[in-house]
Amino acid sequence: METLGHLANGFSVAFTPVNLMWCLLGTTLGTAIGVLPGLGPALTIALLLPITYQVAPEASFILFAGIYYGAMYGGSTTSILLNTPGESATIVTALEGNRMARSGRGGAALATSAIGSFVAGTLGTVGVAFLAPVVVKFALSFGPAEYFSLMVLAFITVSAVLGSSSVRGLTSLFVGFVIGMIGVDLQTGQPRFTFGMSQLLDGVDVIVVAVGLFAVGETFYMASRRYAGKDEIVPLRGSLYMTAAEWARSWKAWLRGALLGFPIGALPAGGAEIPTFLSYAIEKKLSKHKEEFGTVGAIEGVAGPEAANNASAAGVLVPMLTLGLPTSATAAIMLSAFQSYGINPGPMLFMTQANLVWGLIASLFIANVILVILNLPLIGLWVRLLKIPAPQLYAGILVFATVGTYGISQSPTDLVILYLLGGAGFLMRRFDFPTAPVIIGMILWPLAETQFRRAMTISNGDWSVFYKHPLSLTLLTLAFIGLIGPHIWAYVEHRRRRGPEHVPGDA
Amino acid sequence: MSTSEQQAARPRLAVPELLIGIGLLACAGAVAWQTLAIPVSPLYSKVGPTVFPYITMIGMTILSLLLIVAAVRGGWQPEEEKETPTDWKAMGIVAVGLVANLVLIQPLGFTAASVIMFVLICHGFGSRHPLRDVLLGLILALAAYFGFARALGVNIGAGFIENQLNTVLDSIIRMLRA
Repeated sequence: METLGHLANGFSVAFTPVNLMWCLLGTTLGTAIGVLPGLGPALTIALLLPITYQVAPEASFILFAGIYYGAMYGGSTTSILLNTPGESATIVTALEGNRMARSGRGGAALATSAIGSFVAGTLGTVGVAFLAPVVVKFALSFGPAEYFSLMVLAFITVSAVLGSSSVRGLTSLFVGFVIGMIGVDLQTGQPRFTFGMSQLLDGVDVIVVAVGLFAVGETFYMASRRYAGKDEIVPLRGSLYMTAAEWARSWKAWLRGALLGFPIGALPAGGAEIPTFLSYAIEKKLSKHKEEFGTVGAIEGVAGPEAANNASAAGVLVPMLTLGLPTSATAAIMLSAFQSYGINPGPMLFMTQANLVWGLIASLFIANVILVILNLPLIGLWVRLLKIPAPQLYAGILVFATVGTYGISQSPTDLVILYLLGGAGFLMRRFDFPTAPVIIGMILWPLAETQFRRAMTISNGDWSVFYKHPLSLTLLTLAFIGLIGPHIWAYVEHRRRRGPEHVPGDA
Repeated sequence: MSTSEQQAARPRLAVPELLIGIGLLACAGAVAWQTLAIPVSPLYSKVGPTVFPYITMIGMTILSLLLIVAAVRGGWQPEEEKETPTDWKAMGIVAVGLVANLVLIQPLGFTAASVIMFVLICHGFGSRHPLRDVLLGLILALAAYFGFARALGVNIGAGFIENQLNTVLDSIIRMLRA
């Protein structure tokens, strides 16, 4: 019941006119960038990081959270009408949603995804409000060794377990490690990885990395693929009101999706892809209308994954706020926003910054209400955004990319690094390397190093501290299983049905 | 499928993937060079600044070797990507736009450099209306400049256009206040 008191306090923070305005701004902007292909919440929040020098922490986190939630809503519109997933987590929505749009039921698909996002987003936010204090109590007993082991586990799950290949995921992560270590070592004051260049002493800003990988890399990639053929926008037909039968088929899928998405999002593994795919598989199995899957489009196949996506987006906030452990690129950039205020997310955040945390959580409830209004009655507005032609869209993105990067320190060196990272981002996109581990790695590696050194200092340089603490040992064992397990399983499977099947280059 | 059986029989060396693997191995080499260059202070004995760089160096080396092995075994590029030819010309024009921006941003200021970049990128993407793009680019660059520079307090390099507009804007603000 303590939580309700905190929440009431949070609403009193979020309901001030100024903060409501930030929430409205964030959700509107978030929906827009979610709708536009090529822009995502991670890139947008990175570009807006300078705002942390101007406004109170409550205001900027309410803005960022609105963008984060809004992008989830907007992404589904693009998936349904354009069949080009605006966000990686809405790939599954495109499967059935686009088929529904093509068979003239686009209105119902948009409605079930918006209302499902609202239901799941609200449930997920309730989950954050009640689960976070529990995790905080648990996390207060963590020492540096436990934190370090937890980060190792997160490194493995975000790079090696999720995604198509553990080797490529880990490669991205290690590239992030290298970028994260550039600059002066905070404990000893020694420069590392600077190649003797004074411009690198301050390190590489996360804005430059995020903008380089997500904006410049994406622009190169889209330019290189002009021969790939274009997706056409399916005109929005059909009423936005769902029939009774469609409601009946949707609501259970929403609840199942939310129940699946939130816990998986809240694990220190994160990622919305797994719960959306799981939800799709479950809905397909339970549906009484199996013949609609893959043909005219089944509404359950939109409702479930959309709900799972939004609930897991809420879940990701639990490890981020309570443990300071970001498990998505967006969460990692939000963590760097906390650092920019000199605030360290973690269990103490709930004591020292109660107004900030609970104001943020309360604003998420408000954001959900605003978003369902923005995305249903005003849907026509967002559909129009889809018509922005690609040349001007990508050229415009790069103008903003320049502002965000050059504005940091007016140094052309930043632009050189930006463009080099853009080239790298292109190669990563083209050769199927995930980009999120780079951002997570560069933010989390220095924090892991701090915890590691702290643990070693407390234990007087005794390495056994990492495996003598039971919790730390458990976390490291889980990480090891996550790294090795899938390979052993694949090998056993391969042995079991040794046939002519050969998977080329399973790196 | 007959092609997959042929691949199974004799996997072909994938050149682009091999180059990526070698490139990453070179990065691992650079990491090693920089790690060895970190001076170790004798005063600090517990965990110095080199432990994590060493871990990174070892990890990078192992991973790039694994990628090279995968490349020799036929690579991992998704089929869809292999079939789509890369539009090098479009990419080249976009790259020229970026370089132009980099070179011109200090002498000409943000807005002028951005307009040139905007037009070049639009051209690379196949737009054939340079005049309309100039106008769009100018509007967008000014919106970005005044949105960021004035509202967010970010200092972006001001050139001729910005200085003129800033003077005009300041005098308007002064007039309104007076």
